[in-house]
Amino acid sequence: MACLVRSWIPLLFLQSFLVAIAFGSNEGEEFSEELLLKPLPDRKVLAHFHFENRAPPSNSHGRNHHLFPKAISQLVQKFRVKEMELSFTQGRWNHEHWGGFDPLSSMNAKPVGVELWAVFDVPQSQVDISWKNLTHALSGLFCASINFLESSTSYAAPTWGFGTNSDKLRYGSLPREAVCTENLTPWLKLLPCRDKDGISALMNRPSVYRGFYHSQRLHLSTVESGQEGLGSGIVLEQTLTVVIQPETTSVETNMQPSWSLSSLFGRKVVGSCVLAKSSNVYLQLEGRLGHESKNVDTEIEAHKLWMNSDFDLSLKPDRVIRESSSLLFIFDIDKSSDSEPFDLGLTWKLPSKWSCEQAPLHASRFLMGSGNERGAIAILLKATESQEKLSGRNLTTDGRCTIKANIFQIFPWYIKVYYHTLQIFVDQQQKTDSEVLKKINVSPSTDKVSSGMLEMMLELPCEVKSAAISIEYDKGFLHIDEYPPDANQGFDIPSALISFPSHHASLDFQEELSKSPLLSSFKEKSLVRSYTEVLLVPLTTPDFSMPYNVITITCTIFALYFGSLLNVLRRRIGEEERFLKSQAGKKRGGLKQLLSRLTAKIRGRPIEAPSSESPAAESSFLSSKLIFKIILVAGAAAAWQYFSTDK
Amino acid sequence: MAEEQNKKPCRFWIWASASVVFRLILISFPGNLNLSSRPEVSTPLTSIRRLAEGYWLKQASMSPYAGSMYHGSPLLLSILGPLTVQSIKGQPSHLLCSLVFVIADILSAMLLRGIGQKLQMAYGLNARLLGFLKSSRDKVILPCGDIAALVYLWNPFTIVSCVGLSTSPIENLAVVLALFGAVTRRVPLAAFGFVMATHLSLYPATLAIPIIIILGYGLDAPPIKLFLQTRSVENEKSSTSTVSKQAKSKQTTHLPFLWKTVAHFLFWVLLWSLYVLVLCALSLNKYGGLEEMFKRTYGFILSIEDLSPNIGVFWYFFAEVFDFFRNFFLIVFHVNVLFMLLPLVIRLKHRPCFLAFVYLAISSILKSYPSVGDSALYLSLWALFVNELIDMKFSFFLFCGYLGISLLSPVMHNLWIWRGTGNANFYFGNAIGYACFQIVFVVESVSAMLNHDRALRRSSSNHGEVKS
Repeated sequence: MACLVRSWIPLLFLQSFLVAIAFGSNEGEEFSEELLLKPLPDRKVLAHFHFENRAPPSNSHGRNHHLFPKAISQLVQKFRVKEMELSFTQGRWNHEHWGGFDPLSSMNAKPVGVELWAVFDVPQSQVDISWKNLTHALSGLFCASINFLESSTSYAAPTWGFGTNSDKLRYGSLPREAVCTENLTPWLKLLPCRDKDGISALMNRPSVYRGFYHSQRLHLSTVESGQEGLGSGIVLEQTLTVVIQPETTSVETNMQPSWSLSSLFGRKVVGSCVLAKSSNVYLQLEGRLGHESKNVDTEIEAHKLWMNSDFDLSLKPDRVIRESSSLLFIFDIDKSSDSEPFDLGLTWKLPSKWSCEQAPLHASRFLMGSGNERGAIAILLKATESQEKLSGRNLTTDGRCTIKANIFQIFPWYIKVYYHTLQIFVDQQQKTDSEVLKKINVSPSTDKVSSGMLEMMLELPCEVKSAAISIEYDKGFLHIDEYPPDANQGFDIPSALISFPSHHASLDFQEELSKSPLLSSFKEKSLVRSYTEVLLVPLTTPDFSMPYNVITITCTIFALYFGSLLNVLRRRIGEEERFLKSQAGKKRGGLKQLLSRLTAKIRGRPIEAPSSESPAAESSFLSSKLIFKIILVAGAAAAWQYFSTDK
Repeated sequence: MAEEQNKKPCRFWIWASASVVFRLILISFPGNLNLSSRPEVSTPLTSIRRLAEGYWLKQASMSPYAGSMYHGSPLLLSILGPLTVQSIKGQPSHLLCSLVFVIADILSAMLLRGIGQKLQMAYGLNARLLGFLKSSRDKVILPCGDIAALVYLWNPFTIVSCVGLSTSPIENLAVVLALFGAVTRRVPLAAFGFVMATHLSLYPATLAIPIIIILGYGLDAPPIKLFLQTRSVENEKSSTSTVSKQAKSKQTTHLPFLWKTVAHFLFWVLLWSLYVLVLCALSLNKYGGLEEMFKRTYGFILSIEDLSPNIGVFWYFFAEVFDFFRNFFLIVFHVNVLFMLLPLVIRLKHRPCFLAFVYLAISSILKSYPSVGDSALYLSLWALFVNELIDMKFSFFLFCGYLGISLLSPVMHNLWIWRGTGNANFYFGNAIGYACFQIVFVVESVSAMLNHDRALRRSSSNHGEVKS
């Protein structure tokens, strides 16, 4: 059996080499497809598709790509993206059952909706412009409303709370975005074989979207060549993580369900994508090491691993790798064909139980208070089982064991947060800021201009059972145009990100691996992070049908004020009026005479007082005055026009 | 008579101290009785919570105006800010701030009493000059100072805004200080109060006109024509020296305008405003300076950015109005405050204190972010003129209106915000009612004052005729 495997491997290399030559990828563009399958403790199966596409550094701009998607490389060149990640997620990652301390969860457990972050390689002043352009480009590329992230009220510039220290980083998320096949199709278009061939052929839309959780992710990073004159290479990493409940017929409730690829996805793999350098399928079984044999050097032991009393694999793995707490079976799908499709199956024979390794603290977030005026947001960090194992690792200089936790949170501007009301409770006892709060960075939100951001670094003692952070806010009142069509549904507050800067997740494989991008990315130390729930905040709405009524009623009140006050001020008692009239009758100045004549003219009555001047002179005088007035008004209008257009 | 005179101040002090004790009892309750979050009490400009947030931001070496929380004066921040974080053990957290507001209220009441006493004296003097007091002995001059002070101290609006930790007691104190300084002719004090009031809430800038008139022409008096009439009657009656009669009538047709005092006042205004601006600039040195301050305080007042509900009508109007017309209506509404200044000053130039009351009442109706604290101020200023306004119409109706609105407002707010059974129109309707009652109140006060002057004229002419 092993001989067969050994004879296959060179063949595989040969084939991929031939493919490379055939497509002229002497520049070194590489594509690899991988699929990781992992049964989860709560009777579900995780399928993690991983596609990696590498374009090496080259000195020519606008060159032809053989495998690498042109759209992405243009994107990188145009907006000078250093690193970028875009994820579309539906469903919520279950940190308790699906793990929170392995690279898989720390990289692929994403917040609901769309999340986008990018680091740019442009001067500081142009970062925001690049971000805006990038959101529009991605919006067109992925058929999603990513362009809503363009407005400064929806993104933030985290300094250190996000885990990446860069002042050219922008982060935004759209929790409301519905993710569906229309987002998956353009994502698949970036793959050389689309979903026609290879592992991606498994992506049957109904089975993918039937799952409990699916997250499609696109991560790209540029690799500096280090050489003068050469541009930078791009690594495009596309992953799709799906959690599916296998259909089971067994009545036994404590028995893990048995499944096969065809039962999960309704399809089988009929051969690898010919353009791929490597196409592998991995099966990871966790928590199966303690009672298994210590050394697996011999063939029999290896055989035991995949066909034992607990479970059966339908196919023989090409290799078995052991990790500190799990087993990894590696299958190469190159040998599968139309007549002999690759259909990996796992059959459980005995009830089996295990648990995933969890993050040091489990984070959840909730709203407090009722009513539509104000409330409070609380983030609760609860100790998990894995905490005991971790304690003792992170000793500070004074010998205390501490867990560091970074909290990064974006507040939309209509959530008006009072940062001075920040309260921290550790084990139900309120702590002052200096005791647990190591660092805090706040950028308050400005109404209708920018969103608020809170970055905190907590240093909690290892024996902590729970820690709670609460912060109060007032709900904003919006203009009617700012409400979405379904205003009464409420507004979403994006997920908070909790990361543990002193904890890193990695799988340490005992043996040197072949060049599998997925496994090498697992081997790298990645920051343990978890996203909290999205919160739905109902805001009060004005009456949307009222604008005309409100305008007329308010203006009526102003008319009432103005009219009645002026009426009171100008009212005179009769005798005074008579007195004034007699006064006016006695001596009437030239101006007054003119006025009375004018009013008489307007009223169409003959002039009361006899006039000494001739009517012709009078009319000419009037007309000259009229002309002067007209000129004045016209001049004012012209000036107004001039100044208003000038601006 | 003398006993009564002694008794009255005694009774006044009892009532005044009772109101202070009442306030002290109220502030010792924990959580300010939730008054500090009432939209009627604390507006975005006067809320102590926002002030605390601004102070926190400043302590965190950020501009206090970062974010859209604080919109008040930087001076208030450095005075009240430290008090918001300090708390005495075992006492409610905002006790120190509350004590400051109680003291501000007491000071305002005392100053109002001082103004009232001056006005009362002037009223008595004028009445004697015109010869009413001799003829009708039964007509007693009410002690308007005491009444105004008690109205201020016992007005539920004042109590609520004092206990509810809004900064309006301090704004009111500055306004009253300006008037007191003008009435007692302490020019630097008047200038200081005027500058502070304008700095704190912009609208008292209109008070420049009444203060200048007080300083230039003197206190409230019946129209000058009346004195001329009575004097001429008297002169005709006792025409001993025809030469002096001519001279006298010439002297009194034009009351002398004291240019010197007014110039003095303007000089002090300039000095104090420079002082205030320098202090602000110093405290905001690192955070954008004065430009930022004007943008975030006066700019915020004038552009009505915050649409959270209050007892005014603007919030809903600007939440509903089409964006295209927003600037137009902003200009129209703000100009409405200014439109009435000139007609009022023409008709009421002989009564500058009353003019000040009318200006304050109008600005509290047309304010961007009105609160009941503003009403408390003009209601107690109104009480200064009880002698003149005794024949005011609709006073019972207005009293019931104010009462009804202040009871309905929390109900409507509760229905809309907390229960969700009502909608925004409920609260807006309430605000409309409040605006209407205030308008009727102002109009009726002005009309009553003008009628009073008319009655004086008629009675004095009758008096003269009878005598002749």
